[in-house]
Amino acid sequence: MRVLAAMSGGVDSAVAAARVRDAGHEVTGVHLALSRNRQALRDGARGCCTIEDSHDARRAADMLGIPFYIWDMAERFHEDVIDDFVAEYQAGRTPNPCLRCNEKIKFAAVLDKARALGFDAVATGHYARLVDGPEGRELHRAADPAKDQSYVLGVLDVEQLAHSMFPLGDDTKTAVRAEAAERGLYVAKKPDSHDVCFIPDGDTKAYLAKTLGSESGPIVDSAGRIVGEHDGAWGYTIGQRRGLRIGHPAGDGRPRYVLDISPVTNTVTVGTAEELDVTGLSGIKLRWCGPEFSGRVECHAQLRAHGEAVPATAERTGPDSVEVMLHEAVRGLAPGQAAVLYDGTRVIGSATVAATSR
Amino acid sequence: MAVYLDHAATTPMLPAAVDAMTARLGVTGNANSLHAAGRAARRVVEESREQIAEALGARPSEVVFTSGGTESDNLAVKGLYWARRDADPRRRRVLAAKIEHHAVLDPLSWLGDHEGAELEWLPVDRAGRVDPEALRAAIEKDPDTVALATVMWANNEVGTVQPIRALAGIAHEYGVPLHSDAVQAVGALDVDWASSGLSAMTFTGHKIGGPIGVGALLLGRKTEAVPVLHGGGQERDVRSGTLDTPAVAGFAAAVAESVKHREAKAELLTELRDDLVARVREAVPDVIVNGDRGLGSGLPGIANMAFPGCEGDSLLMLLDARGIECSTGSACSAGVAQPSHVLLAMGLSGELARGSLRFSLGHTSTKADVDALAEAIGPVVGRARAAGLS
Repeated sequence: MRVLAAMSGGVDSAVAAARVRDAGHEVTGVHLALSRNRQALRDGARGCCTIEDSHDARRAADMLGIPFYIWDMAERFHEDVIDDFVAEYQAGRTPNPCLRCNEKIKFAAVLDKARALGFDAVATGHYARLVDGPEGRELHRAADPAKDQSYVLGVLDVEQLAHSMFPLGDDTKTAVRAEAAERGLYVAKKPDSHDVCFIPDGDTKAYLAKTLGSESGPIVDSAGRIVGEHDGAWGYTIGQRRGLRIGHPAGDGRPRYVLDISPVTNTVTVGTAEELDVTGLSGIKLRWCGPEFSGRVECHAQLRAHGEAVPATAERTGPDSVEVMLHEAVRGLAPGQAAVLYDGTRVIGSATVAATSR
Repeated sequence: MAVYLDHAATTPMLPAAVDAMTARLGVTGNANSLHAAGRAARRVVEESREQIAEALGARPSEVVFTSGGTESDNLAVKGLYWARRDADPRRRRVLAAKIEHHAVLDPLSWLGDHEGAELEWLPVDRAGRVDPEALRAAIEKDPDTVALATVMWANNEVGTVQPIRALAGIAHEYGVPLHSDAVQAVGALDVDWASSGLSAMTFTGHKIGGPIGVGALLLGRKTEAVPVLHGGGQERDVRSGTLDTPAVAGFAAAVAESVKHREAKAELLTELRDDLVARVREAVPDVIVNGDRGLGSGLPGIANMAFPGCEGDSLLMLLDARGIECSTGSACSAGVAQPSHVLLAMGLSGELARGSLRFSLGHTSTKADVDALAEAIGPVVGRARAAGLS
């Protein structure tokens, strides 16, 4: 097959490309330039898409002896991922830009272009497994639970999965690093990337403050009493405890958490940990990684990239809506987050949280 | 076997240049040392200088060796600006066209940002050509305030040749020094320094079959330039640094060879190039030739064409996969291809500029190269069109 290996400049995608090449495929490396203003050097483990990253990707491709190109997806990324990220926060939701990027960029814009140019598949360094099951291709959790990235791939549909390759799904990160070193890839010791790639210093609140400006407003408790002042409602995340700067300690002396954010009234609502517990959610924007279900199914729901999956019952309530009852309460779930549903290790699909119930 | 259609990026070394260079690689000697080894190196350098001067109609003292085109352009643009401004602080205006190479454009904008230069852009026509009367008009606005003008001899992306002698004649009337980047012109066109009327001229080794990393600036004997590199003052006190004797020898051999065989080679390349254009057009009828439209005009080996509806990057990748090597002719900004500033300056839309490719032929090009491209280009354009503009 002709395979396009998306190479970030990190160790995972380099080893993924190497494995696909070793399997006998004709591999071409592509680095995605996603930033409008690229920095020369990367800053530790944060961020990506620096010139140093594209250099690292190119070095890896050179060592593997595969052609290498840079694709400029900065405008698409800005429109589909960054603008959406900001708009979601502005609407009081908490988006996950990595899922969005996978859905709109890596396995859409890139995959579409690759296929039009004659490639059969796109390979990435994600830790997840593709299994050919009786009803077609299935997306499963990676063998290494610590590195499993099936959550951020839960937005891929059957067609996208049919043209994807995740060569690292059966391995641990340690093994992949060791293999990179053995192959002489100079990125073997490069630190892992963390956080949101377009916020290199990891400070989402400061990023939003810079992008959206700050307007102070009230912090209220669940009874509606004003207990403090905030400096921009979108700078808060549901479940957040730190940085609330509530002047008066709560009567019971217990910590307060952000329960709700309402950008329309510019209000942040706080409450106790118990009030934060969520036992159900309404999901929209359904994405199916395999056959759709109707009616009710018992499953597990994972609500964060690095969160535990909790037992749940999902009920299809419409063509693009689902109700999920969580059998264990989850703390601090926010609208905008993705609920990825699993049947064992298999990813059923995902929904975007529209509302939560307590 | 790769089909190399990117000679304007760099061209294989000529055997004479390889011989001249390798003959010196194992020999010790700093051309500035006074002992026998130094004298031997010095002799090679000076004979090389004379060889180059002879080939280009210059005097040996006018040949300033540098590390290549970028350094020569920097020395000419900054050096002339500083010297002229220092002699008369009113001289701040710099006249240039936007079709220049980045090695000229970027020093110019640096001078604008940091040294008080006032940049004035000379208009170009659809082929990218500067009208000499436009230069006259620009100078005449206030001749006393012009520091210098710079117009390349022939464009590296589209091959358009500038009326250098006419431009230099006008500049001369007003006592304004004219620099020309002749990196693509030497060995391809009749470049005669003495009759050109230029004050400074850039050229380099690796575009004419010499080694990479060596070039020269021809600098008139009465033209003053402030150095960019300060140090031992090896080259007429205007450029410092120990000369790379083997590279200088290889460079001189390449200049001599390429100038000697220029006419025969130009005829051959023009024919091949015109055939290439005709056959690409056969396969892709809506292709647009950028630059001089007339067959036989422009630099002999360059064909720049826009493929409507295609991304140049896609075309390049698909051709590369078939072993055909060409260029989008665009500058890389942080590794990301930008639409060519030359094509934009010529009035092309951003879309067509992004969908343009440069094919450049050279001394090793054959009809088989053109055949391979003619065979591949149709299907490649079809695929790239399907992928569309992203």
